[in-house]
Amino acid sequence: MIFQQIINGLMLGATYSLVAIGYTLIFGVLGILHFAHGEVLMAGAFMGLYIIAWSGLPLYIGLPLAMLATGILGVLIDLLAVRPLRKDFHLAPLLSTIGVTIILQNLAVKLFGGFGTRFPDAIGTTNYQVGSFFISSVNVLILGISLFLMIGLYFFISKTKIGKGMRAVSENHMVAGFLGVNVDWIVLITFGIASALAGAAGVMIGLSFHAISPFIGLTFALKGLVVMLLGGLGNVVGAMIGGLILGLAEVFSIVILPTEINLQDIFSFGIMILILIFKPTGLFGTRIRQG
Amino acid sequence: MDYLISVISIAGINIIMALSFYLPFMTGQISLGQAGFMSIGAYASAVCTVKFGLPYVPAVLIGGLSAAIVGFILGIPALRIKGIYLLLLTLGFGEIVRVVFINIDYIGAAAGFPGIPYQEHTLLYAYGMILILIVFFNRLRKSRMGRAFQAVGSDENAAEVIGVNIIAVKLVAFSSGAFIAGMGGGIFAHYQEYIEPFMFDVMHAVEFIVFTIFGGIQIFWGPIFGAFVLTLVPEFLRFIQEWRMELYGALLIVMMIVRPQGIISLDSVKMVENGLQRLFGKKTAGGLSPGQTESK
Repeated sequence: MIFQQIINGLMLGATYSLVAIGYTLIFGVLGILHFAHGEVLMAGAFMGLYIIAWSGLPLYIGLPLAMLATGILGVLIDLLAVRPLRKDFHLAPLLSTIGVTIILQNLAVKLFGGFGTRFPDAIGTTNYQVGSFFISSVNVLILGISLFLMIGLYFFISKTKIGKGMRAVSENHMVAGFLGVNVDWIVLITFGIASALAGAAGVMIGLSFHAISPFIGLTFALKGLVVMLLGGLGNVVGAMIGGLILGLAEVFSIVILPTEINLQDIFSFGIMILILIFKPTGLFGTRIRQG
Repeated sequence: MDYLISVISIAGINIIMALSFYLPFMTGQISLGQAGFMSIGAYASAVCTVKFGLPYVPAVLIGGLSAAIVGFILGIPALRIKGIYLLLLTLGFGEIVRVVFINIDYIGAAAGFPGIPYQEHTLLYAYGMILILIVFFNRLRKSRMGRAFQAVGSDENAAEVIGVNIIAVKLVAFSSGAFIAGMGGGIFAHYQEYIEPFMFDVMHAVEFIVFTIFGGIQIFWGPIFGAFVLTLVPEFLRFIQEWRMELYGALLIVMMIVRPQGIISLDSVKMVENGLQRLFGKKTAGGLSPGQTESK
């Protein structure tokens, strides 16, 4: 029983981590709250749905294609709604990404209808019995893919030249520019990577919840924000671990808390407020010097 | 005609909400919790009229006061944090308020609170309140408190050094903003006759921010203008019905690229004031903002 809950919690948490990593990457590099990130996730879920359901491609081709598509979407958002803004108005990116949110959500309602759409079973679900509990192949797959993506990202950021550039830019825009880092290029790549991860999270949400709607963006965006805070702003490893912690905490809160009142919904926000009041730097420390 | 009146009434409530966001914003506090305060005011005033039979005006005032009390309590932890942290704190607050209302059966829980007496003069009350707010904000610009607001808004540390009590200033600004939002909620509840927790979600709090930043953040005419125009624009765009929300989103992006300070800036206000001066041949009061020096 406990083991089952741990698996469920980790699976939910891995999705949160992927969303939060996107937030924290963009916040780290640009210092802005990318409001449309949840809608990118929603777009990813629908792209995954259509790629897998229409063309009948297997998941291991469909998922990268969906990630590629959302990555391009992210790059477009940067080019059209973030880069043209002047840097001295720090609220402008918030507002323009709100504009992107409105556009994407209404387009999705138009294209896919305002109701939930069933997500196909991309992989034959088999339940493995280990001792007295069951693990479905979907669980294993989602956990595996998320961990693979996170570890890959970790090495990308810490080992490659672009990753080094990303770290430099998040430390200080201007100095990084002086030292020959192409800041615009790094920001563009960051948007692409963050959006691709959100797209992957969207496909996995479709796989595990079996239904998606144009309105799932906000729910997961809010959870992603909580996780970003939990891990510390701009701290990628913090976001990875923070997501798993929140996922586990939510699953166990359903078991422990009384079910007559609907407490699960405020649980994560309660955690967030406590952190904000007592430890605003997050559990693992923030990487950003906040002015 | 009825349709026009209803659109303008909703615009009035939106103006009140945009101003409720603008007041704490003047001291540098960005709140995503205004929809939460609005719902507290809406529910408190609705309980007053429906369950206790109080008249409209005291009920709306009680709505504002209850929101102000909650705002004061939330304002205390809000003192320590700012920027994105405050945004997240108030966002969490708004969501928690919503979930709390969903779980209280006394006020209808998730099914909503029906049967609130309809106030047919909503238009008058809303714009009467806006008039009072305009007088208030105009006097605030020239008062000691208003200058303190602006000092804290532009540089907290510098303000503290020159002797501004920043704790008092920020708390006053935050809870007054909540008070205005609560009254807006009360007016809203007695106009809609029916409220439910989902009417006050995050997207609405975001909308109030959009109104303010779109209209302009340098002076209080900005939020008033922004709320009025952005409530009417989707209505005027009805001839392109199908794509109006996409256009609305695109308009926001283009606005931020072309004119990030918002439509109404201090310069445009001064231009209007000078124009009025020339028209009537007399000095209009308050041509200068506290931020501007006399020599310019």
